[in-house]
Amino acid sequence: MLSSLKFNNWFSASALIRKEYFVYYVFFLVLLFFTVTLHESSFFSLANFMNIIRQTTPITIMAIGLTFALAGGHIDLSIGSVVALSALVAAVLMQQVPMPVAVCGALMVGVIIGLINGLLIEWLKVSSLLITLGTMGVITGLSRQITNLESVPIINSSFNFIFGSGSFGAISVLLVWTIVASLIGYIVLRKLRYGRHLLAVGGNENGARAMGINTVKIRIASLVIASTSAAIAGLLYAGRLHGARYTLGEADLLTVIAAVAIGGTSLFGGRASILGAVIGSWLMGLINNGLILSGFSTNEQMIARGLILVVAVAIGVKEQQK
Amino acid sequence: MSNELLKQPALTIKNISKSFGGIQALKDVSFNINKGEVVALLGDNGAGKSTLVRCASGIHPPDTGEIQVNGRAVKIASPQDARDLGIETVFQDLAVIPEFDITANLFLNRETLSKNPLLRFFGWLDDSAMEATASRSLQRLNSRIPDLSEAIKKLSGGQRQAVAIARAVNSGADVVIMDEPTAALGVEQSAQVNELIRLISSQGVAVLLISHNMQHVMETCDRAVVLMRGESIADVAINDVSPRDLVGFITGAQRLSA
Repeated sequence: MLSSLKFNNWFSASALIRKEYFVYYVFFLVLLFFTVTLHESSFFSLANFMNIIRQTTPITIMAIGLTFALAGGHIDLSIGSVVALSALVAAVLMQQVPMPVAVCGALMVGVIIGLINGLLIEWLKVSSLLITLGTMGVITGLSRQITNLESVPIINSSFNFIFGSGSFGAISVLLVWTIVASLIGYIVLRKLRYGRHLLAVGGNENGARAMGINTVKIRIASLVIASTSAAIAGLLYAGRLHGARYTLGEADLLTVIAAVAIGGTSLFGGRASILGAVIGSWLMGLINNGLILSGFSTNEQMIARGLILVVAVAIGVKEQQK
Repeated sequence: MSNELLKQPALTIKNISKSFGGIQALKDVSFNINKGEVVALLGDNGAGKSTLVRCASGIHPPDTGEIQVNGRAVKIASPQDARDLGIETVFQDLAVIPEFDITANLFLNRETLSKNPLLRFFGWLDDSAMEATASRSLQRLNSRIPDLSEAIKKLSGGQRQAVAIARAVNSGADVVIMDEPTAALGVEQSAQVNELIRLISSQGVAVLLISHNMQHVMETCDRAVVLMRGESIADVAINDVSPRDLVGFITGAQRLSA
Protein backbone atom coordinates (compact mmCIF):
# COMPACT_ATOMS: atom_id res chain seq x y z
CA MET A 1 0.00 0.00 0.00
CA LEU A 2 2.66 2.41 1.08
CA SER A 3 4.86 1.48 -1.82
CA SER A 4 2.06 2.03 -4.30
CA LEU A 5 1.47 5.47 -2.79
CA LYS A 6 5.11 6.25 -3.15
CA PHE A 7 5.04 5.04 -6.70
CA ASN A 8 2.09 7.31 -7.43
CA ASN A 9 3.90 10.28 -5.95
CA TRP A 10 6.97 9.54 -7.95
CA PHE A 11 4.88 9.14 -11.04
CA SER A 12 3.04 12.44 -10.67
CA ALA A 13 6.32 14.19 -9.87
CA SER A 14 7.87 12.88 -13.05
CA ALA A 15 4.82 13.98 -15.02
CA LEU A 16 5.23 17.47 -13.58
CA ILE A 17 8.88 17.54 -14.53
CA ARG A 18 8.08 16.39 -18.02
CA LYS A 19 5.55 19.10 -18.60
CA GLU A 20 7.08 22.17 -17.00
CA TYR A 21 10.78 21.54 -17.50
CA PHE A 22 10.95 19.18 -20.44
CA VAL A 23 12.66 21.67 -22.72
CA TYR A 24 15.38 22.46 -20.16
CA TYR A 25 16.31 18.81 -19.72
CA VAL A 26 16.40 18.23 -23.46
CA PHE A 27 18.44 21.39 -23.93
CA PHE A 28 20.93 20.25 -21.32
CA LEU A 29 21.13 16.72 -22.72
CA VAL A 30 21.67 17.93 -26.28
CA LEU A 31 24.32 20.36 -25.06
CA LEU A 32 26.04 17.54 -23.19
CA PHE A 33 25.76 15.20 -26.17
CA PHE A 34 27.38 17.59 -28.64
CA THR A 35 29.99 18.71 -26.12
CA VAL A 36 31.12 15.10 -25.80
CA THR A 37 30.79 14.02 -29.42
CA LEU A 38 32.28 17.23 -30.80
CA HIS A 39 35.01 17.69 -28.18
CA GLU A 40 37.64 18.01 -30.86
CA SER A 41 35.86 20.89 -32.58
CA SER A 42 35.13 24.37 -31.28
CA PHE A 43 31.54 23.46 -30.32
CA PHE A 44 31.87 24.21 -26.62
CA SER A 45 33.22 27.75 -26.90
CA LEU A 46 31.90 31.21 -26.20
CA ALA A 47 32.50 32.17 -29.82
CA ASN A 48 30.39 29.26 -31.07
CA PHE A 49 27.59 29.95 -28.58
CA MET A 50 27.51 33.59 -29.66
CA ASN A 51 27.40 32.31 -33.21
CA ILE A 52 24.37 30.16 -32.34
CA ILE A 53 22.65 33.16 -30.77
CA ARG A 54 23.38 35.21 -33.88
CA GLN A 55 21.87 32.58 -36.14
CA THR A 56 18.92 31.87 -33.86
CA THR A 57 17.72 35.33 -32.83
CA PRO A 58 15.19 35.74 -35.68
CA ILE A 59 13.79 32.30 -34.77
CA THR A 60 13.63 33.32 -31.10
CA ILE A 61 11.75 36.52 -31.90
CA MET A 62 9.31 34.65 -34.14
CA ALA A 63 8.85 31.96 -31.48
CA ILE A 64 7.96 34.61 -28.89
CA GLY A 65 5.45 36.14 -31.31
CA LEU A 66 3.92 32.81 -32.27
CA THR A 67 3.53 31.97 -28.58
CA PHE A 68 0.99 34.80 -28.37
CA ALA A 69 -1.04 33.52 -31.31
CA LEU A 70 -1.03 29.99 -29.88
CA ALA A 71 -1.87 31.22 -26.36
CA GLY A 72 -5.16 32.56 -27.70
CA GLY A 73 -5.86 29.39 -29.66
CA HIS A 74 -4.77 30.45 -33.15
CA ILE A 75 -1.79 29.51 -35.28
CA ASP A 76 -0.01 31.72 -37.79
CA LEU A 77 1.59 29.86 -40.69
CA SER A 78 2.32 33.10 -42.55
CA ILE A 79 5.15 34.23 -40.24
CA GLY A 80 7.89 32.74 -42.45
CA SER A 81 6.62 34.60 -45.49
CA VAL A 82 6.30 37.87 -43.53
CA VAL A 83 10.04 37.64 -42.77
CA ALA A 84 10.95 37.93 -46.45
CA LEU A 85 8.40 40.61 -47.27
CA SER A 86 9.40 42.77 -44.31
CA ALA A 87 13.12 42.47 -45.14
CA LEU A 88 12.50 43.29 -48.81
CA VAL A 89 10.27 46.25 -47.99
CA ALA A 90 12.95 47.62 -45.65
CA ALA A 91 15.71 47.10 -48.25
CA VAL A 92 13.76 48.64 -51.12
CA LEU A 93 12.47 51.58 -49.07
CA MET A 94 15.93 52.33 -47.73
CA GLN A 95 17.06 53.17 -51.25
CA GLN A 96 14.59 56.06 -51.29
CA VAL A 97 13.70 57.17 -47.75
CA PRO A 98 15.54 57.64 -44.45
CA MET A 99 16.37 54.44 -42.57
CA PRO A 100 13.88 54.88 -39.67
CA VAL A 101 11.04 55.40 -42.14
CA ALA A 102 12.02 52.23 -44.00
CA VAL A 103 12.08 50.32 -40.69
CA CYS A 104 8.61 51.64 -39.82
CA GLY A 105 7.42 50.58 -43.27
CA ALA A 106 8.70 47.04 -42.71
CA LEU A 107 7.02 46.90 -39.29
CA MET A 108 3.79 48.14 -40.83
CA VAL A 109 3.94 45.14 -43.17
CA GLY A 110 3.80 42.93 -40.08
CA VAL A 111 1.02 44.93 -38.42
CA ILE A 112 -1.15 45.02 -41.56
CA ILE A 113 -0.73 41.32 -42.35
CA GLY A 114 -1.52 40.47 -38.73
CA LEU A 115 -4.67 42.61 -38.93
CA ILE A 116 -5.74 40.99 -42.19
CA ASN A 117 -5.15 37.50 -40.79
CA GLY A 118 -7.00 38.35 -37.59
CA LEU A 119 -9.97 40.04 -39.24
CA LEU A 120 -10.41 37.22 -41.74
CA ILE A 121 -10.22 34.53 -39.05
CA GLU A 122 -12.55 36.28 -36.61
CA TRP A 123 -15.09 37.52 -39.11
CA LEU A 124 -15.29 34.45 -41.31
CA LYS A 125 -14.95 32.15 -38.28
CA VAL A 126 -12.59 30.01 -40.34
CA SER A 127 -9.71 28.10 -38.80
CA SER A 128 -6.53 30.15 -38.52
CA LEU A 129 -4.66 27.22 -40.07
CA LEU A 130 -6.47 27.69 -43.38
CA ILE A 131 -6.50 31.48 -43.47
CA THR A 132 -2.81 31.85 -42.70
CA LEU A 133 -1.94 29.06 -45.11
CA GLY A 134 -3.65 31.16 -47.77
CA THR A 135 -2.06 34.46 -46.77
CA MET A 136 1.31 32.69 -46.64
CA GLY A 137 0.93 31.86 -50.32
CA VAL A 138 -0.12 35.40 -51.19
CA ILE A 139 2.76 36.99 -49.28
CA THR A 140 5.36 34.60 -50.70
CA GLY A 141 4.18 35.37 -54.22
CA LEU A 142 4.24 39.09 -53.46
CA SER A 143 7.85 38.92 -52.25
CA ARG A 144 8.91 37.12 -55.41
CA GLN A 145 6.93 39.54 -57.56
CA ILE A 146 8.23 42.87 -56.23
CA THR A 147 11.93 42.05 -56.71
CA ASN A 148 11.85 39.65 -59.66
CA LEU A 149 13.61 37.09 -57.44
CA GLU A 150 16.62 39.39 -57.07
CA SER A 151 18.25 40.21 -53.79
CA VAL A 152 18.36 43.82 -52.61
CA PRO A 153 21.52 44.97 -50.82
CA ILE A 154 21.46 47.25 -47.78
CA ILE A 155 24.41 49.59 -47.43
CA ASN A 156 23.12 51.69 -44.52
CA SER A 157 25.71 50.85 -41.88
CA SER A 158 23.70 52.03 -38.87
CA PHE A 159 20.81 49.80 -39.96
CA ASN A 160 23.15 46.86 -40.36
CA PHE A 161 24.69 47.55 -36.94
CA ILE A 162 21.39 47.84 -35.06
CA PHE A 163 19.65 44.97 -36.82
CA GLY A 164 22.18 42.22 -36.53
CA SER A 165 25.74 42.93 -37.53
CA GLY A 166 26.73 45.12 -34.59
CA SER A 167 28.37 43.98 -31.39
CA PHE A 168 29.54 45.40 -28.09
CA GLY A 169 32.89 43.63 -27.62
CA ALA A 170 32.06 39.94 -27.71
CA ILE A 171 28.34 40.56 -27.20
CA SER A 172 26.35 40.61 -30.42
CA VAL A 173 23.59 43.17 -30.70
CA LEU A 174 21.36 40.19 -31.46
CA LEU A 175 21.75 38.93 -27.90
CA VAL A 176 20.40 42.29 -26.75
CA TRP A 177 17.43 41.83 -29.10
CA THR A 178 16.80 38.36 -27.67
CA ILE A 179 16.92 39.57 -24.07
CA VAL A 180 14.70 42.60 -24.67
CA ALA A 181 12.15 40.61 -26.69
CA SER A 182 12.03 37.87 -24.05
CA LEU A 183 11.48 40.39 -21.27
CA ILE A 184 8.73 42.21 -23.14
CA GLY A 185 7.09 38.93 -24.13
CA TYR A 186 7.19 37.64 -20.57
CA ILE A 187 5.78 40.84 -19.10
CA VAL A 188 2.95 41.14 -21.62
CA LEU A 189 1.92 37.51 -21.22
CA ARG A 190 2.34 37.12 -17.46
CA LYS A 191 2.10 40.56 -15.89
CA LEU A 192 -0.38 42.51 -18.00
CA ARG A 193 -4.13 42.17 -18.21
CA TYR A 194 -3.86 41.59 -21.94
CA GLY A 195 -1.85 38.40 -21.45
CA ARG A 196 -4.27 37.11 -18.84
CA HIS A 197 -7.26 37.72 -21.08
CA LEU A 198 -5.48 36.12 -24.02
CA LEU A 199 -4.78 32.96 -22.03
CA ALA A 200 -8.36 32.99 -20.78
CA VAL A 201 -9.66 33.12 -24.34
CA GLY A 202 -7.34 30.29 -25.35
CA GLY A 203 -8.25 28.22 -22.30
CA ASN A 204 -12.05 28.57 -22.50
CA GLU A 205 -13.33 30.79 -25.27
CA ASN A 206 -17.02 30.65 -24.32
CA GLY A 207 -16.24 31.15 -20.67
CA ALA A 208 -14.06 34.17 -21.38
CA ARG A 209 -16.80 35.65 -23.56
CA ALA A 210 -19.44 35.02 -20.92
CA MET A 211 -17.29 36.95 -18.45
CA GLY A 212 -17.35 39.92 -20.81
CA ILE A 213 -13.92 39.57 -22.41
CA ASN A 214 -13.83 40.81 -26.00
CA THR A 215 -12.43 37.62 -27.48
CA VAL A 216 -12.35 38.96 -31.05
CA LYS A 217 -10.22 42.00 -30.22
CA ILE A 218 -7.88 40.01 -27.99
CA ARG A 219 -7.21 37.39 -30.63
CA ILE A 220 -6.77 39.82 -33.52
CA ALA A 221 -4.15 41.55 -31.38
CA SER A 222 -2.40 38.21 -30.80
CA LEU A 223 -2.08 37.71 -34.56
CA VAL A 224 -0.74 41.24 -34.96
CA ILE A 225 1.89 40.44 -32.32
CA ALA A 226 2.87 37.23 -34.13
CA SER A 227 3.09 38.91 -37.50
CA THR A 228 4.94 41.98 -36.25
CA SER A 229 7.47 39.74 -34.50
CA ALA A 230 8.05 38.06 -37.85
CA ALA A 231 8.57 41.48 -39.44
CA ILE A 232 11.20 42.25 -36.76
CA ALA A 233 12.82 38.90 -37.51
CA GLY A 234 12.96 39.94 -41.17
CA LEU A 235 14.79 43.14 -40.22
CA LEU A 236 17.24 41.12 -38.12
CA TYR A 237 18.01 38.85 -41.06
CA ALA A 238 18.43 41.85 -43.36
CA GLY A 239 20.77 43.57 -40.91
CA ARG A 240 22.93 40.51 -40.43
CA LEU A 241 23.14 39.67 -44.14
CA HIS A 242 23.36 43.32 -45.32
CA GLY A 243 20.48 42.77 -47.70
CA ALA A 244 17.20 41.01 -48.33
CA ARG A 245 16.09 38.17 -50.54
CA TYR A 246 12.76 36.45 -51.14
CA THR A 247 14.10 33.19 -49.67
CA LEU A 248 14.57 34.67 -46.17
CA GLY A 249 12.57 32.85 -43.56
CA GLU A 250 11.13 30.33 -45.99
CA ALA A 251 12.42 27.36 -43.99
CA ASP A 252 11.76 28.92 -40.59
CA LEU A 253 8.13 28.02 -39.99
CA LEU A 254 8.82 24.41 -39.03
CA THR A 255 11.71 25.43 -36.78
CA VAL A 256 9.62 28.06 -35.00
CA ILE A 257 6.65 25.78 -34.40
CA ALA A 258 8.96 23.04 -33.13
CA ALA A 259 10.71 25.50 -30.80
CA VAL A 260 7.44 26.79 -29.35
CA ALA A 261 5.85 23.35 -29.02
CA ILE A 262 8.84 21.78 -27.29
CA GLY A 263 8.97 24.80 -24.97
CA GLY A 264 5.69 23.79 -23.38
CA THR A 265 3.20 26.03 -25.19
CA SER A 266 0.01 24.20 -26.08
CA LEU A 267 -0.84 24.15 -29.77
CA PHE A 268 -4.52 24.33 -28.76
CA GLY A 269 -4.45 27.49 -26.66
CA GLY A 270 -4.60 28.36 -22.99
CA ARG A 271 -1.10 27.34 -21.94
CA ALA A 272 1.99 29.24 -23.01
CA SER A 273 5.57 29.81 -21.96
CA ILE A 274 7.78 32.62 -23.25
CA LEU A 275 10.92 31.28 -21.57
CA GLY A 276 10.11 27.84 -22.99
CA ALA A 277 9.87 29.34 -26.47
CA VAL A 278 13.24 31.08 -26.06
CA ILE A 279 14.99 27.95 -24.76
CA GLY A 280 13.18 25.90 -27.40
CA SER A 281 14.55 28.15 -30.14
CA TRP A 282 18.06 27.89 -28.67
CA LEU A 283 17.65 24.13 -28.62
CA MET A 284 16.80 24.17 -32.31
CA GLY A 285 19.83 26.40 -32.95
CA LEU A 286 22.04 24.12 -30.87
CA ILE A 287 20.90 21.04 -32.78
CA ASN A 288 21.39 22.80 -36.11
CA ASN A 289 24.85 23.94 -35.15
CA GLY A 290 25.82 20.54 -33.75
CA LEU A 291 24.59 18.76 -36.86
CA ILE A 292 26.53 21.13 -39.11
CA LEU A 293 29.71 20.66 -37.08
CA SER A 294 29.12 16.89 -37.19
CA GLY A 295 29.04 17.12 -40.98
CA PHE A 296 25.35 16.48 -41.62
CA SER A 297 23.78 18.00 -44.72
CA THR A 298 20.96 20.56 -44.75
CA ASN A 299 18.60 17.80 -45.85
CA GLU A 300 19.45 15.75 -42.80
CA GLN A 301 19.04 18.79 -40.58
CA MET A 302 15.57 19.26 -41.99
CA ILE A 303 14.71 15.66 -41.14
CA ALA A 304 15.95 16.23 -37.60
CA ARG A 305 13.80 19.35 -37.20
CA GLY A 306 10.74 17.50 -38.47
CA LEU A 307 11.32 14.64 -36.04
CA ILE A 308 11.70 17.06 -33.14
CA LEU A 309 8.40 18.71 -34.06
CA VAL A 310 6.62 15.36 -34.18
CA VAL A 311 8.01 14.37 -30.79
CA ALA A 312 7.21 17.75 -29.23
CA VAL A 313 3.67 17.75 -30.56
CA ALA A 314 3.11 14.15 -29.50
CA ILE A 315 4.14 15.01 -25.95
CA GLY A 316 2.00 18.14 -26.01
CA VAL A 317 -1.07 16.24 -27.19
CA LYS A 318 -0.58 13.54 -24.56
CA GLU A 319 -0.46 16.23 -21.90
CA GLN A 320 -3.63 17.77 -23.28
CA GLN A 321 -5.50 14.49 -23.06
CA LYS A 322 -4.80 14.07 -19.36
CA MET B 1 -36.62 36.35 4.51
CA SER B 2 -38.48 39.55 5.13
CA ASN B 3 -39.43 40.44 1.62
CA GLU B 4 -42.24 42.68 2.76
CA LEU B 5 -39.60 45.27 3.60
CA LEU B 6 -37.94 45.00 0.21
CA LYS B 7 -40.67 45.28 -2.35
CA GLN B 8 -38.52 47.15 -4.82
CA PRO B 9 -37.87 45.26 -8.05
CA ALA B 10 -34.20 44.57 -8.72
CA LEU B 11 -34.70 42.90 -12.09
CA THR B 12 -37.76 43.27 -14.27
CA ILE B 13 -38.31 41.20 -17.38
CA LYS B 14 -40.98 42.84 -19.51
CA ASN B 15 -42.58 41.24 -22.58
CA ILE B 16 -39.34 39.57 -23.69
CA SER B 17 -39.44 37.63 -26.96
CA LYS B 18 -36.59 35.89 -28.68
CA SER B 19 -36.45 33.58 -31.66
CA PHE B 20 -33.67 31.67 -33.34
CA GLY B 21 -34.37 31.18 -37.02
CA GLY B 22 -37.96 29.99 -37.17
CA ILE B 23 -38.12 28.80 -33.59
CA GLN B 24 -39.59 31.11 -30.99
CA ALA B 25 -37.67 30.37 -27.82
CA LEU B 26 -39.34 33.06 -25.68
CA LYS B 27 -42.80 34.50 -26.19
CA ASP B 28 -43.77 37.67 -24.36
CA VAL B 29 -42.30 36.64 -21.01
CA SER B 30 -42.70 39.01 -18.07
CA PHE B 31 -41.87 38.76 -14.39
CA ASN B 32 -39.81 40.56 -11.81
CA ILE B 33 -37.51 39.80 -8.93
CA ASN B 34 -37.50 42.06 -5.90
CA LYS B 35 -34.45 42.91 -3.85
CA GLY B 36 -33.56 40.09 -1.51
CA GLU B 37 -35.93 37.72 -3.19
CA VAL B 38 -35.06 34.27 -4.51
CA VAL B 39 -37.11 33.36 -7.57
CA ALA B 40 -37.04 29.93 -9.13
CA LEU B 41 -37.23 29.72 -12.90
CA LEU B 42 -38.75 26.36 -13.71
CA GLY B 43 -39.68 24.51 -16.86
CA ASP B 44 -39.05 21.37 -18.79
CA ASN B 45 -36.04 21.01 -21.11
CA GLY B 46 -36.47 23.37 -24.02
CA ALA B 47 -38.96 25.57 -22.19
CA GLY B 48 -36.74 28.63 -22.64
CA LYS B 49 -35.03 28.90 -19.26
CA SER B 50 -31.51 29.02 -20.61
CA THR B 51 -32.52 31.43 -23.36
CA LEU B 52 -33.96 33.76 -20.75
CA VAL B 53 -30.74 33.54 -18.73
CA ARG B 54 -28.77 34.34 -21.87
CA CYS B 55 -30.98 37.36 -22.57
CA ALA B 56 -30.48 38.73 -19.08
CA SER B 57 -26.74 38.06 -19.07
CA GLY B 58 -26.10 39.68 -22.43
CA ILE B 59 -25.13 36.62 -24.45
CA HIS B 60 -28.22 36.77 -26.70
CA PRO B 61 -29.94 40.15 -26.51
CA PRO B 62 -33.74 39.74 -26.75
CA ASP B 63 -35.56 40.56 -30.01
CA THR B 64 -38.27 42.62 -28.34
CA GLY B 65 -39.21 43.59 -24.82
CA GLU B 66 -37.50 45.41 -22.02
CA ILE B 67 -35.20 44.56 -19.16
CA GLN B 68 -35.14 46.86 -16.16
CA VAL B 69 -32.53 46.95 -13.43
CA ASN B 70 -33.62 48.66 -10.21
CA GLY B 71 -36.62 50.07 -12.05
CA ARG B 72 -34.60 51.61 -14.86
CA ALA B 73 -34.83 50.33 -18.45
CA VAL B 74 -31.42 49.12 -19.63
CA LYS B 75 -29.88 47.81 -22.80
CA ILE B 76 -27.88 44.62 -22.31
CA ALA B 77 -26.03 44.02 -25.56
CA SER B 78 -23.04 42.09 -24.22
CA PRO B 79 -21.94 40.12 -21.16
CA GLN B 80 -19.85 43.14 -20.22
CA ASP B 81 -23.00 45.33 -20.17
CA ALA B 82 -24.73 42.85 -17.86
CA ARG B 83 -21.81 42.76 -15.44
CA ASP B 84 -21.51 46.54 -15.49
CA LEU B 85 -25.20 46.77 -14.55
CA GLY B 86 -24.68 44.48 -11.56
CA ILE B 87 -26.06 41.28 -13.07
CA GLU B 88 -23.77 38.32 -12.43
CA THR B 89 -24.44 34.88 -13.83
CA VAL B 90 -23.26 31.46 -12.73
CA PHE B 91 -23.45 29.55 -15.99
CA GLN B 92 -24.17 25.87 -16.23
CA ASP B 93 -20.70 25.26 -17.63
CA LEU B 94 -19.38 27.67 -14.96
CA ALA B 95 -17.31 29.78 -17.40
CA VAL B 96 -14.10 29.15 -15.51
CA ILE B 97 -10.65 28.89 -17.07
CA PRO B 98 -9.26 25.42 -16.24
CA GLU B 99 -5.59 26.42 -16.45
CA PHE B 100 -5.98 29.49 -14.21
CA ASP B 101 -5.72 29.42 -10.46
CA ILE B 102 -8.64 30.26 -8.19
CA THR B 103 -7.65 33.88 -7.73
CA ALA B 104 -7.30 34.54 -11.45
CA ASN B 105 -10.71 32.96 -12.04
CA LEU B 106 -12.36 34.98 -9.28
CA PHE B 107 -11.07 38.19 -10.84
CA LEU B 108 -11.55 37.23 -14.48
CA ASN B 109 -12.17 40.44 -16.42
CA ARG B 110 -12.36 42.29 -13.08
CA GLU B 111 -8.64 42.31 -12.42
CA THR B 112 -7.11 44.61 -9.84
CA LEU B 113 -4.44 46.75 -11.48
CA SER B 114 -1.26 48.18 -10.05
CA LYS B 115 -1.55 51.45 -8.15
CA ASN B 116 1.38 52.92 -10.03
CA PRO B 117 -0.27 55.14 -12.69
CA LEU B 118 2.28 54.28 -15.39
CA LEU B 119 2.05 50.51 -14.84
CA ARG B 120 -1.70 50.84 -14.54
CA PHE B 121 -1.83 52.45 -17.96
CA PHE B 122 -0.35 49.29 -19.47
CA GLY B 123 -2.76 47.08 -17.51
CA TRP B 124 -0.18 45.77 -15.03
CA LEU B 125 -1.87 43.26 -12.71
CA ASP B 126 -1.64 43.49 -8.95
CA ASP B 127 -1.69 39.78 -8.14
CA SER B 128 -0.94 40.11 -4.45
CA ALA B 129 -3.85 42.51 -3.94
CA MET B 130 -6.15 40.09 -5.77
CA GLU B 131 -4.96 37.16 -3.64
CA ALA B 132 -5.60 39.07 -0.44
CA THR B 133 -9.13 40.02 -1.49
CA ALA B 134 -9.83 36.52 -2.75
CA SER B 135 -8.90 34.81 0.49
CA ARG B 136 -11.04 37.24 2.49
CA SER B 137 -14.09 36.79 0.30
CA LEU B 138 -13.83 33.01 0.19
CA GLN B 139 -13.61 32.94 3.95
CA ARG B 140 -16.80 34.95 4.16
CA LEU B 141 -18.53 32.33 2.04
CA ASN B 142 -17.34 29.53 4.32
CA SER B 143 -15.92 27.77 1.29
CA ARG B 144 -13.56 24.99 2.10
CA ILE B 145 -11.05 25.73 -0.60
CA PRO B 146 -7.54 24.63 0.26
CA ASP B 147 -5.20 26.78 -1.77
CA LEU B 148 -5.95 29.85 -3.86
CA SER B 149 -3.03 29.18 -6.16
CA GLU B 150 -4.45 25.79 -7.15
CA ALA B 151 -5.45 25.52 -10.81
CA ILE B 152 -9.19 25.11 -11.36
CA LYS B 153 -8.67 21.90 -13.32
CA LYS B 154 -7.27 20.27 -10.17
CA LEU B 155 -10.42 21.02 -8.15
CA SER B 156 -13.48 18.83 -7.68
CA GLY B 157 -16.76 19.71 -9.39
CA GLY B 158 -18.14 21.12 -6.17
CA GLN B 159 -15.11 23.28 -5.54
CA ARG B 160 -15.27 24.64 -9.09
CA GLN B 161 -18.91 25.46 -8.52
CA ALA B 162 -18.01 27.25 -5.31
CA VAL B 163 -15.46 29.35 -7.17
CA ALA B 164 -17.96 30.27 -9.89
CA ILE B 165 -20.56 31.20 -7.28
CA ALA B 166 -18.04 33.15 -5.22
CA ARG B 167 -17.07 35.10 -8.33
CA ALA B 168 -20.69 36.08 -8.96
CA VAL B 169 -21.40 36.93 -5.35
CA ASN B 170 -18.23 38.84 -4.55
CA SER B 171 -18.52 41.33 -7.33
CA GLY B 172 -21.14 43.27 -5.37
CA ALA B 173 -23.85 42.34 -7.85
CA ASP B 174 -27.47 43.34 -7.27
CA VAL B 175 -28.77 40.38 -9.22
CA VAL B 176 -27.27 36.90 -9.32
CA ILE B 177 -28.53 34.39 -11.87
CA MET B 178 -27.69 30.76 -11.28
CA ASP B 179 -28.23 28.14 -13.95
CA GLU B 180 -28.55 24.79 -12.15
CA PRO B 181 -25.86 25.53 -9.58
CA THR B 182 -26.32 22.25 -7.75
CA ALA B 183 -26.69 19.91 -10.74
CA ALA B 184 -23.17 18.53 -10.37
CA LEU B 185 -23.05 18.54 -6.60
CA GLY B 186 -23.47 16.01 -3.82
CA VAL B 187 -25.96 16.36 -0.99
CA GLU B 188 -23.72 18.22 1.41
CA GLN B 189 -22.37 20.58 -1.22
CA SER B 190 -25.87 21.32 -2.50
CA ALA B 191 -26.88 22.24 1.02
CA GLN B 192 -23.92 24.61 1.18
CA VAL B 193 -24.98 26.29 -2.04
CA ASN B 194 -28.52 26.69 -0.73
CA GLU B 195 -27.16 28.21 2.44
CA LEU B 196 -25.11 30.57 0.33
CA ILE B 197 -28.16 31.62 -1.67
CA ARG B 198 -30.01 32.43 1.53
CA LEU B 199 -27.02 34.34 2.83
CA ILE B 200 -26.76 36.61 -0.19
CA SER B 201 -30.50 37.15 -0.42
CA SER B 202 -30.52 38.24 3.21
CA GLN B 203 -27.98 40.86 2.13
CA GLY B 204 -30.51 42.23 -0.39
CA VAL B 205 -29.22 40.47 -3.50
CA ALA B 206 -31.93 39.29 -5.88
CA VAL B 207 -31.42 35.72 -7.04
CA LEU B 208 -32.85 33.96 -10.07
CA LEU B 209 -32.38 30.24 -9.66
CA ILE B 210 -32.83 27.62 -12.33
CA SER B 211 -33.24 24.19 -10.83
CA HIS B 212 -34.79 20.83 -11.47
CA ASN B 213 -34.68 19.89 -7.82
CA MET B 214 -38.13 20.66 -6.35
CA GLN B 215 -36.96 20.14 -2.82
CA HIS B 216 -34.25 22.78 -3.18
CA VAL B 217 -36.74 25.11 -4.78
CA MET B 218 -39.16 24.65 -1.87
CA GLU B 219 -36.36 25.21 0.64
CA THR B 220 -34.65 28.23 -0.84
CA CYS B 221 -37.05 30.13 -3.06
CA ASP B 222 -39.74 32.70 -2.32
CA ARG B 223 -41.44 32.54 -5.66
CA ALA B 224 -41.47 30.39 -8.78
CA VAL B 225 -41.93 31.36 -12.40
CA VAL B 226 -42.72 28.50 -14.74
CA LEU B 227 -41.99 28.56 -18.45
CA MET B 228 -43.54 26.29 -21.01
CA ARG B 229 -42.66 26.37 -24.70
CA GLY B 230 -41.28 29.86 -24.30
CA GLU B 231 -44.26 31.27 -22.43
CA SER B 232 -44.65 32.11 -18.78
CA ILE B 233 -47.51 29.95 -17.51
CA ALA B 234 -47.26 30.48 -13.76
CA ASP B 235 -45.87 32.96 -11.27
CA VAL B 236 -46.62 31.75 -7.76
CA ALA B 237 -45.46 32.22 -4.16
CA ILE B 238 -43.75 29.09 -2.92
CA ASN B 239 -45.78 29.16 0.31
CA ASP B 240 -48.98 28.79 -1.70
CA VAL B 241 -48.01 25.69 -3.61
CA SER B 242 -46.82 22.14 -3.08
CA PRO B 243 -44.00 20.44 -4.97
CA ARG B 244 -46.75 18.48 -6.72
CA ASP B 245 -48.29 21.70 -8.00
CA LEU B 246 -44.94 22.86 -9.34
CA VAL B 247 -44.37 19.61 -11.18
CA GLY B 248 -47.90 19.96 -12.53
CA PHE B 249 -47.06 23.39 -13.95
CA ILE B 250 -43.83 22.14 -15.49
CA THR B 251 -45.44 19.18 -17.21
CA GLY B 252 -48.46 21.20 -18.28
CA ALA B 253 -50.95 19.24 -16.19
CA GLN B 254 -51.80 22.42 -14.34
CA ARG B 255 -52.10 25.97 -15.60
CA LEU B 256 -52.23 29.23 -13.67
CA SER B 257 -51.38 32.76 -14.57
CA ALA B 258 -50.49 35.20 -11.88
